[in-house]
Amino acid sequence: MAEEKLINRYPDALTDVEMRYCPGCTHGTAHRLVAEVIDELGVRDRTVTIATVGCSVFAYEYFDTDAVQAAHGRGPAVATGIKRVHPDSVVFTYQGDGDLASIGMGEIVHAAARGENFTVIFINNAVFGMTQGQMAPTTLMGQKTTTSPRGRTAEEAGWPIRVCELLDTLEGPAFIAREALSTPQRIRSAKRSIKRAFETQLAGRGFSLVELLSSCWTWWDMEPVEAIYHIENTMTEHFPLRIFRDCLTGQSEEVDSNA
Amino acid sequence: MSETADTRKSVFISGNEATAEGGIAGGCRHFFGYPITPQNEIPEYMSEHLPEIGGVYLQAESEVAAINMVYGAAAAGARVMTTSSSPGIALMQEGLSYMLGSELPAVFVNMVRGGPGLGNIAAAQSDYWLATRGAGHGDGRCITLTPYSVQELHDFTAGAFEIADRYQNIVMVLADAILATMMEPCELIPRRDLPLPDRPYAVGPHDRSERERNIINSLWIDFDVMEAVNLRIEERYTRAGEEITDWEEFGSDDPQIMLCAYGISARICESVVMRADEAGVRLRLIRPRTVFPFPTEPIRRWAERVDATLVVELSMGQFVEDVRLAVEGSCPVELLARSGGNMPTPGDVLQKVREVARHVGVAAK
Amino acid sequence: MPRVVIDAEICKGCVLCVEFCPRDALEMSDATNSRGHHPAVLRDDEKCTGCAVCALVCPGVCIEVYR
Repeated sequence: MAEEKLINRYPDALTDVEMRYCPGCTHGTAHRLVAEVIDELGVRDRTVTIATVGCSVFAYEYFDTDAVQAAHGRGPAVATGIKRVHPDSVVFTYQGDGDLASIGMGEIVHAAARGENFTVIFINNAVFGMTQGQMAPTTLMGQKTTTSPRGRTAEEAGWPIRVCELLDTLEGPAFIAREALSTPQRIRSAKRSIKRAFETQLAGRGFSLVELLSSCWTWWDMEPVEAIYHIENTMTEHFPLRIFRDCLTGQSEEVDSNA
Repeated sequence: MSETADTRKSVFISGNEATAEGGIAGGCRHFFGYPITPQNEIPEYMSEHLPEIGGVYLQAESEVAAINMVYGAAAAGARVMTTSSSPGIALMQEGLSYMLGSELPAVFVNMVRGGPGLGNIAAAQSDYWLATRGAGHGDGRCITLTPYSVQELHDFTAGAFEIADRYQNIVMVLADAILATMMEPCELIPRRDLPLPDRPYAVGPHDRSERERNIINSLWIDFDVMEAVNLRIEERYTRAGEEITDWEEFGSDDPQIMLCAYGISARICESVVMRADEAGVRLRLIRPRTVFPFPTEPIRRWAERVDATLVVELSMGQFVEDVRLAVEGSCPVELLARSGGNMPTPGDVLQKVREVARHVGVAAK
Repeated sequence: MPRVVIDAEICKGCVLCVEFCPRDALEMSDATNSRGHHPAVLRDDEKCTGCAVCALVCPGVCIEVYR
């Protein structure tokens, strides 16, 4: 009988610290994909993880790389400071929608506009998780949260922000993609985009960002599995999945859902 | 005069430019700034000269972004600096607190302007508390230097990096709109390529066999670990108090009234001491060159020998509180306060000296 | 013989692997781990093809796949 082989090694770029995320929270999936990419590109000892403020604040305990914990919203500025000192380092910020699109909107837009050569892993789960479920800039219309108890309305809180489309108006970004951590094929596609983003940085082409539609069943008041389909069927309506820009290949195309 | 590497070149220069050149002389090669009057010549100077010597100048999108770029660069082990003025320094407070909690060295310069609010662009000293008690939330403070001339702006900024590295703490050079924009002769410290000190904590590309991964962080869930950080920081302040407290004294060796003032106010008080005989009162000026650590000892010593202390300050009274703490009641402490950009003339101070003398029964003309 | 090993202590019982296993080879165990979660278990290793979809969707990074 052919000798048995383990086909999915635990990523070197993840520590063995147990992740504190809720059961079924796709932060864990995102961490694994980023770690696998870091391993595959062989850049772990050049990488600096920028942990930001949100459920993922302990990212510096989970990624087995150098790390800096940034103030809420300021990850892109911290990353800028590091890249301007060590251009040969591989820097990525790991940010939620509150960190990136609420308090940190200034920093993300200007880092992108400068074409700052680092990678952003943007987890969009349409809610503030760590602080117990408040409305975020990406909360969907009508979505109930602890600060939009009757469902988000335009009169009270305007409309959710599409970050990729916003940044796509700028010259600076070299890679922008929105993916979803929902079905198996979406997760495979997400990993491809994460790898492209890091490759863009390694090629020195400038700012790269991957938005990952993610689940927060705890604050969506759903079961973990139900939340996965909420991403696939509902969130993708307002946040279409697309490779907005890929300077390495000079193309942008719809995310081929059956790729 | 031939200019060899170690001789200083004498120039006629503004406080802002002397500050910027001081930063370069101190080894700063990374500057992240933002425009705000009255310190604009500093980022302008840095944007022109840092790239010439392989340094990095980056204009951030806000002071909030600037301080966090400084935090990142310091985490990566660079000698890094930023400068601003009152409202900008207020925006940087959270970032300063993060740098304290992460025990990272960096240099800041505040060219204080009239406040509060938008205030104006005139000189003031109303950020004394923000500098010495500020650095955002939590314990921990900025080591704060108070120059009173273009030369001291140059020298203090240059020397601030070594202090920051020695105490692994942020250092604030506290000046004002006049010191920033006035021009005076200044002996420039020659530029040298200062090697970076060993920074075992710094992040960046490394060989895993040489060091474990580094984490720059100020999140400490464990109460004892958080307290240990604070105790470690306090211990450095005690050491700094013993090693770098600095002040100057000027005037009578047998004073009846002690003047206390720093920065631009001390320039005025020097004139007052030189004209003391007009009031017929013997005066001595104590001028702190560091206000954290504070020169408590000399002020306390002279307070026990004089009949009264007069503090001259361009604010409604902030520095005066530290003076009162040092004097601890051994003599009355009065305050001549102007603000909003107004300043007392030497004549105004002399008039106040006569008034204070009358209060304590000292004869005056 | 392809099979999977699920770390019962790390698994938080989120059911994603069971949901997406193309062969319905996994199920939630009745037992609970020290945290009170019902971990997923390989129900029928005959059905497992070692496709690793379970590991792909697992947020807990606690599934090892052997072929």
